[in-house]
Amino acid sequence: MKTKSKSFDMKHYINYIVIGIFTLVFGIFSLAGGHLSNSMVFLFEKIAISIILAVSLSLVVGFLGELSLGHAGFMCVGAYLGGKVACLLEPMLGNTAANLLVGLAVGGICAAVCGVIIGIPALRLRGDYLAIVTLAFGEIVKSIFQNTSDESFGGALGLTTPRYDKKYLFIFAFVLVIITLIIVQNFIRSKHGRAVTAIRDNEIAARATGINVTKYKLIAFTLSAFFAGIAGVLYSFSNYTVQSVKFGYNYSIEILVMVVLGGMGSINGAIISAALITFLNTKLATVLTGDLAVLQNLLYAIILILIVIYNNAPKLKSFRAKYNIRNLMSKIIKPKNDPSKRKDDDAKWDVVPTKIEMNEILSIDVKPQKLGSDKKEGGDK
Amino acid sequence: MAEPILRTQSLGISFGGLKAAQDVNITIEKNQIYGLIGPNGAGKTTIFNLLTGVYKPTTGTFFLDGEEICGLSQEKINHKGIARTFQNIRLFNNMSVIRNVMVGLHGQSEYKCSIWDSFFRLPRHFKSEREMRERAKELLRIFDLEEERNGLACNLPYGKQRKLEIARALATGPKLLLLDEPAAGMNPHETEDLQKTIRFIRDEFDMTILLIEHDMKFVADLCDKITVLNFGTVLAEGDTKETLRHPEVVRAYIGG
Amino acid sequence: MELILSTVINGLSLGGIYAMIALGYTMVYGIAKMLNFAHGDIIMVGGYVIYVFMAFHNPLLAILMAVVFCVILGVVIEKVAYKPLRGASPLAVLITAIGISYLLQSLAQIIFGSANKMVTVYDFGSVTFLGATVQVSALVTLGVTVIVMAALTLFVKYTRIGRAMIAVSEDKGAAQLMGINVDGIITVTFAIGSALAALAGLFYLLKAPSISSTLGAMPGIKAFTAAVIGGIGSIPGAMLGGLLLGIVECISYKITVIAPYTDAIEFSILIIILLVRPTGFLGKKRREKV
Repeated sequence: MKTKSKSFDMKHYINYIVIGIFTLVFGIFSLAGGHLSNSMVFLFEKIAISIILAVSLSLVVGFLGELSLGHAGFMCVGAYLGGKVACLLEPMLGNTAANLLVGLAVGGICAAVCGVIIGIPALRLRGDYLAIVTLAFGEIVKSIFQNTSDESFGGALGLTTPRYDKKYLFIFAFVLVIITLIIVQNFIRSKHGRAVTAIRDNEIAARATGINVTKYKLIAFTLSAFFAGIAGVLYSFSNYTVQSVKFGYNYSIEILVMVVLGGMGSINGAIISAALITFLNTKLATVLTGDLAVLQNLLYAIILILIVIYNNAPKLKSFRAKYNIRNLMSKIIKPKNDPSKRKDDDAKWDVVPTKIEMNEILSIDVKPQKLGSDKKEGGDK
Repeated sequence: MAEPILRTQSLGISFGGLKAAQDVNITIEKNQIYGLIGPNGAGKTTIFNLLTGVYKPTTGTFFLDGEEICGLSQEKINHKGIARTFQNIRLFNNMSVIRNVMVGLHGQSEYKCSIWDSFFRLPRHFKSEREMRERAKELLRIFDLEEERNGLACNLPYGKQRKLEIARALATGPKLLLLDEPAAGMNPHETEDLQKTIRFIRDEFDMTILLIEHDMKFVADLCDKITVLNFGTVLAEGDTKETLRHPEVVRAYIGG
Repeated sequence: MELILSTVINGLSLGGIYAMIALGYTMVYGIAKMLNFAHGDIIMVGGYVIYVFMAFHNPLLAILMAVVFCVILGVVIEKVAYKPLRGASPLAVLITAIGISYLLQSLAQIIFGSANKMVTVYDFGSVTFLGATVQVSALVTLGVTVIVMAALTLFVKYTRIGRAMIAVSEDKGAAQLMGINVDGIITVTFAIGSALAALAGLFYLLKAPSISSTLGAMPGIKAFTAAVIGGIGSIPGAMLGGLLLGIVECISYKITVIAPYTDAIEFSILIIILLVRPTGFLGKKRREKV
């Protein structure tokens, strides 16, 4: 019935499998009474949260091609509202999975609603404006929660949330990672995701081809906000207390670094770099203390600049083509990816580029190539 | 007599003080290949932009198949049945050839699949994806692009990019196809090929085509009727051969 | 009455600083078509340079050095980080700018430590005017801003380079064909923007004599807000937006109930303006070319 090659295409499922196995191994170990140190469990939770954040932001930055600098703001909404609901429900539901689930649902939905409210005005505007509006949103949210009264959201001291059993929370977190991946990847690998990438590639053409640009921008943006909210709720359960100061501009940038480092438009890249950066952050935090802690930021800044320039500078294009990892790899390993030999359904989703080359709206268009130049396109992808 | 496919009624637009198009009346009957010609800056592409909703006209309106669709958004107009190509090719460069066409199929009702179907991979998702892929392949076959379907669109040679753009426009299931300088940058052989393709599209898809072109031979060979624009106004219109000989038209082109 | 007067004067003075920074944003945006996120941090660099050179107890020398240093820094950043990306996607440029902003902040923190540094450039004292006590530095700030703004307007209107700037902002390609050195113009723009940022840094130190590595971050964002409110790409727009924002901020601080929400209010104004009038008050509408 279904297309044959589809169900067995490992490439699309490798990230589920890796994370699934990881969760199973540590989950069973933990449930069977094995001892995982507190710091390790906490690190796992943090990694899971980072992955959810990075994957959801990658949807906006990598696939929609818009820059959001308020991802931490959506997370903040989720953390406060989801955490608050969990607090209120604690007398009734106790500290159970049900409470956690309700909290997650509320946090996610509230963040998504904020996404819609911000997205409607912002997505009509050009990319730079979206960046500044989302940034503004993040600051607004931060300042609102900071000035709440002690009994509502804890004000500057922060909201204390229920302590969830450490033994289980990281399992929950990784299950949520897998759910996030399923939803996000299913979205990207569908006609809807195709519409989103079409908008990124050429908005004018997408409109002329009958794509409802506003709708799809809004969907992608809202979906991204929803998962940021989910990550926020997880954060509140993992940290026992939610302080709005944590969700500033810097946190949004940190998530952005994860996405850019992983290669924009690559989900697996985002996962790996999210895990890596979170791990390094935790390790470095113990080594670099006091004024040295800033070395870490310096490092991220340099990496960010170098990666973006390397990936995007028009003048480095030929250099990149010559020395990119894929080509170097293909010299070592026999290339399987020759486009001419590709199976029929193979080119479905994986041709999302690792770098963005949006046609800027006002830019000069594709120059006519020399007539009759039959450029062979084998092997350069 | 049947309702014309497209009828514009004193369509006009001005940018500030500049009247880019003024009082343009065009009537296109079903199955016609209609040419829109004129010197550079005559407002041909402006007319296309008006017809596809990129600009809202300051005066006048237009009807597609008897229905007034002026003032709708670009995607609505596309859904109603006007598809276009661009003077400077606008493909989804970082997507494979077949996906370019599949984006075109996006709005068609027979491939309906809600976002929830996709999230949870319900049967409808697989069904619509499969059908869209089959349909896209058929379209690519017509344009002789089936071999290249898995390569990136930006890697196609120029002539094939033009064809792909037409295929994508056709995929949206239009009643009227607008081609903006389809033969630009093509060699004589490719141009001839393109003529055949355009005729084939008209016959095979029962299509009506409005095209802008500078190649007079191309226009004379292909178009049933033409409208000549100059400085945003209609200079002449009617049967191709006669209109091209019209003294005003000759003057506008040669000067004097 | 006195309260209103002092609030308005303080607001105008703060607004002048915002306008000064907003000018840098607006000019760079108009000419290089990019949002220079690092612009706010140039203010901080300017502040630190003044702090270092105040060791010689010569305010004028310190100010001069700050301006020179910031101009060089701005031009270097443009050449090293933004120029290679000309023609790349706007998103890439934006992310690089954010990286630069981060880089400057962390460098400053490494060099000067995370503790605030105190420096008094010059104490103008205060005057009482119609019963209201006003810092003289606020008046100086306002005065200098107005002069700079007028000079800049004249510069853009009547000099060769200024007119070339307008041409580049209208159409880079056409300007190049007319023999304008587009790269040179962009460099000049960055230089002017950075010089203004250095002055803004000075005014911040006059207002409150304390400096840290994040000094420029918030004013930078707010000044961009001001630029957008006034209409990005427009010099009078930057002035208008800056003054407006400064007054709103000072008034909001005086009203106890909403004082903690001042930042939120300012950013809400931005969102509302973008919703109602995306081009800001004085911005021009650009047509997409199809």
